Amino acid sequence: MEQQFFILLALVAIGTALLVVIARNPIHSALSLVACFVQIAALFVLLGSPFLAVIQLFVYVGAIMVLFLFVIMMLDVRKEAHGQFINNNRFIQKGAIATIVALLALASELLFLLSQSSRLHAVMTQQSVIGDEPTKQLSLTLFRDFLLPFEVASVILLVALVGAVVLAKSDRPNHRLSEHKQGATKEVSK
Amino acid sequence: MIPISWYLILGAILFVIGAAGVLLRRNVLIVLMSLELMLNSVNINLLAFGYEMNDPRGQIMAIFIIAITAAEVAIALGILVALLRNKRTLEVDDLTIMKG
Repeated sequence: MEQQFFILLALVAIGTALLVVIARNPIHSALSLVACFVQIAALFVLLGSPFLAVIQLFVYVGAIMVLFLFVIMMLDVRKEAHGQFINNNRFIQKGAIATIVALLALASELLFLLSQSSRLHAVMTQQSVIGDEPTKQLSLTLFRDFLLPFEVASVILLVALVGAVVLAKSDRPNHRLSEHKQGATKEVSK
Repeated sequence: MIPISWYLILGAILFVIGAAGVLLRRNVLIVLMSLELMLNSVNINLLAFGYEMNDPRGQIMAIFIIAITAAEVAIALGILVALLRNKRTLEVDDLTIMKG
């Protein structure tokens, strides 16, 4: 039964990963990458590391992919996807068939997992995946043996945060603001 | 019981798909997303070996990879936004300011 769960998750992960590379619109790629990451998080649970699965969901799906989606929507991707949306008089376009197939696959996977949820739970408890023992061991190792790399990683994250803010900040609004202020002071002085 | 080779095969397939995306696609955003996919397949391998050998160090490596990936994505998207402010293109072939 465990192997069937693995095969299902792996097949959906490979399919969505292929869709990431094949899709023409970057938004479709980002959404299918989200689906792929969710499958990989489920595989992490099968691998006996529920903490990593939660981290995968929080960091990859919650932070990184949402950042990607924000950047995609800020940038102009209409040129890339332009060919798809010409002559969209029909209700179901040609490009939408792949989307519908992907959605049906994901929905059937969801229904299968829901209908088999008791067996999935049995598999997990049999492996002693659920319970705090592996996570406790992991945290002890992380904060006792790997404390210095942990701190270094936090410094790297801080540097990346500052660097991203500096890179993405533009000079032009400041100039405009200072010109505006100068104009305002001139008007006041008049 | 799932044999460890299945996990390794899945990791290899996902890595090859990600590498194909990096090498074949010309859109910068999709290249970055394929890089994410490759890093994630490496995580699968690390966790599979850690589970097989009953060693928490595999999970710790995966945690560090996830942290570094978050930093990398923030920097990469910052560079991309700064670059596209000057040059309105998403094609990899047109972004050759560094003469690469």
